[in-house]
Amino acid sequence: MNRTDTLFAALADPTRRAILARLAEGEAGVMELAEPFEISQPAVTRHLKVLEGAGLILRRAEGTRRPCCLNPDALGEIEAWCTRLRETFAANYDRLDTLLANLQRKDAP
Amino acid sequence: MNAPTRLTLATEGDTEVVVTRRFAAPPELVYRAHVEPDLIRRWMTGPDGWEMPRCECDPRPGGAIRYDWAPAGGGEGGFHLTGEFRELVPHSRIVHVERMHLPDPTPDNEITTTFEPTADGGTLLTARMRLPNAESRAAMLASGMEHGMEDSYARIDGLFADAG
Repeated sequence: MNRTDTLFAALADPTRRAILARLAEGEAGVMELAEPFEISQPAVTRHLKVLEGAGLILRRAEGTRRPCCLNPDALGEIEAWCTRLRETFAANYDRLDTLLANLQRKDAP
Repeated sequence: MNAPTRLTLATEGDTEVVVTRRFAAPPELVYRAHVEPDLIRRWMTGPDGWEMPRCECDPRPGGAIRYDWAPAGGGEGGFHLTGEFRELVPHSRIVHVERMHLPDPTPDNEITTTFEPTADGGTLLTARMRLPNAESRAAMLASGMEHGMEDSYARIDGLFADAG
């Protein structure tokens, strides 16, 4: 898989998206992250490995704890993709505004 | 009539991308601009610097769609799209399937476009794009980048709206 695929495959899982949403509020450890889900800590650890492998989160060592936080660079990349797609639509729809205004003037009695 | 509102674009679930936009024109006109080639080619040209030398569609169930894009004034890098209409409810709803040829075909993208009248006489357009799987959605978002524009890191509302 290329980098784009790895990123979006990591995002395709609802539990992983929920973990990211939680991390958007701030750094958290594995136990805190496991709490809202009915899954084991090892399962959460597996999800964290996928997220880390995709570059979506960063983990640091703090004694025996390894708290996680969002990787702002990776999210910026995803946002940039969505933004470019959005810009294509925006350019199209801005032209459509002009076209619709012209059509309405023509149709006006 | 109020000024048109900003576009929203959000990912939804694993395979969908949903775009909404308001227009200061009634649904009938916005709908026509999506099914009449003479109108389509005047707006669906993507980023600045592109044009549609070929724009054909047959708006009835099973009818074919073929759009070609090329750099304005000639040059390399053109690509095209083929598709089929599945369902049309005049002035209200279009369901069609499309794929880009870059030149290999991208996975089928099923798009449901709805045109809803708003209280001020305008239209709320919603385009719901459904890809076969998460990977092909990723590829589609990335291909939006290929025909690229300047970087921008504006916050995408709702990127994680479906989390949890």
